[in-house]
Amino acid sequence: MTEQKKTLLEKTYRNWLDLILDEHPKLDTIGLIVDEDVMGFGTTLEEKILSIESARHLLFAGMEQRKHLKGFKFTEKEILRRIIGSDDVAIFVDELNLSYTLDGVLNNLPLRISTVLNYKEQSWKVTHWHGSLAVETEEGDTWHADELKLKNEKLQLLVDERTAELKQTITDLKATQNQLIQSEKMASLGELTAGIAHEIQNPLNFVNNFSEVSNELVDEMNEELDKGDIEEAKAISIDIKQNLEKITHHGKRADGIVKGMLQHSSSGSGKTEPTDINKLTDEYFRLAYHGLRAKDKSFNATLKSNYDDNLGEIDVIPQDIGRVMLNLFTNAFYAVDEKKTKSETKDYKPTVSVSTEKSKDTIIITVKDNGNGIPKEALGKIFQPFFTTKPTGKGTGLGLSMSYDIIKAHKGELTVDTEKGKFTEFKISVPIKNNSIT
Amino acid sequence: MKILVVDDEQDVKILFQQRFRKEIRKGDLNFVFAFSGEEALETLRAMNQEAVLILSDINMPGMSGLQLLETIKKDFVAPPPVVMMVTAYGDEENYNTAKRLGADDFLTKPVDFKLLKDKLIQII
Repeated sequence: MTEQKKTLLEKTYRNWLDLILDEHPKLDTIGLIVDEDVMGFGTTLEEKILSIESARHLLFAGMEQRKHLKGFKFTEKEILRRIIGSDDVAIFVDELNLSYTLDGVLNNLPLRISTVLNYKEQSWKVTHWHGSLAVETEEGDTWHADELKLKNEKLQLLVDERTAELKQTITDLKATQNQLIQSEKMASLGELTAGIAHEIQNPLNFVNNFSEVSNELVDEMNEELDKGDIEEAKAISIDIKQNLEKITHHGKRADGIVKGMLQHSSSGSGKTEPTDINKLTDEYFRLAYHGLRAKDKSFNATLKSNYDDNLGEIDVIPQDIGRVMLNLFTNAFYAVDEKKTKSETKDYKPTVSVSTEKSKDTIIITVKDNGNGIPKEALGKIFQPFFTTKPTGKGTGLGLSMSYDIIKAHKGELTVDTEKGKFTEFKISVPIKNNSIT
Repeated sequence: MKILVVDDEQDVKILFQQRFRKEIRKGDLNFVFAFSGEEALETLRAMNQEAVLILSDINMPGMSGLQLLETIKKDFVAPPPVVMMVTAYGDEENYNTAKRLGADDFLTKPVDFKLLKDKLIQII
């Protein structure tokens, strides 16, 4: 084949590919490239071409469709170049890898196009072509846009379905989380029950005793009055008055404990109220201690407290702060008890101390134990939910993480300092804001 | 004979002083109070072998009533004090431990003061 004929063939083939794929194909030049009786088959039913006119329609439709495809690109890979017969028939096969974006989804279309060109009257023309795809299809358009749209819609449906499932899962998880928080509350309430019983029993005994003794004192006072000993009668009346104050005091003490217990287990979100932090701290300190004592008779520890009298009342959610304290106290008692159990000498004196302190704009509550400290490798994880070093079933691993969240919600800080074999110290700091009420 | 009452509840003192008002006034009963096991031991040491009856609560922070009982029975032998333990209702475990440690008598909370009065007068 002459060079000229060969060049002409390549040029015609190039023009043919441009007709199929170019952004602005020169459709009016189709007569120079495609034979009048061209025969073409594509991959869809509409692509059955038996004349140049229908080829022009197809190419036009293809051009129109491409306008809707974003980022339309293609690469060409030569598969076959064959000249047959007397150099007048050429078979060219190329693989065109098309890519474009439709509805935000990137699509790839592997297309193989086989073209037969015939040399007639000094020029090459396309007489036959066949396009095939590595995609199964019977209906649709040249670029499979409709089909892909449908596919995308199907995918979207699937995505929607999955999203709904995931949303349900999240709802379920949240419900589970709430249940866990509630069970942590109930678990810590269990720790409290014995302490509560003990703490209520004592004030109740006082209420009963002081009212009984007052009753007797009234009789005695009357006897003294009958005898005419006004001084003694007056002295007795002072005692009676004091006793009535004691009855009120211990009645309120029991009342506070029951309220605290109810608040502790309540699932609703508490409200901030002016709270006597010293009183709250002491209440939970005793509850935690007696709770453990009641469970384990051999348990004992020295309690040390140092409350700052200038603390006043600050706005907090008392049951939440109480929950944090209960947790810190229970952990501290657990730590000293563990050290005592493992310790070989009798010199170890388990001690848990609590102190409150008012600085300029925060109050600080410090809970310190002289237990074995927190190991370095655990220190970073102690505020993570479900992290616990206690034996299975002994701790939920939620105590400190809940405490951390509660203090954060109060815009405060919960920090820890510890030394191996020596101590662990938790510090709660909560801003006072302008809520100091005396 | 002195009666040493050991309890971490401060109001116990006022209660006893009133419950035994007449007896105290007449000088029949003489009460001393300690608010922890440690304080009780100090008081006992200071009393220097004086005959004493001890009435102790069990559930106290720091040294418990049982530890106090054990120490008393070990360290204070001449003359051996009478130790009466106050146990919570239905607390078998503490009751048995106290008995093993040599407690002389028991009272159940809430304390029946009439019964206590009878017992005290009988012993003293």
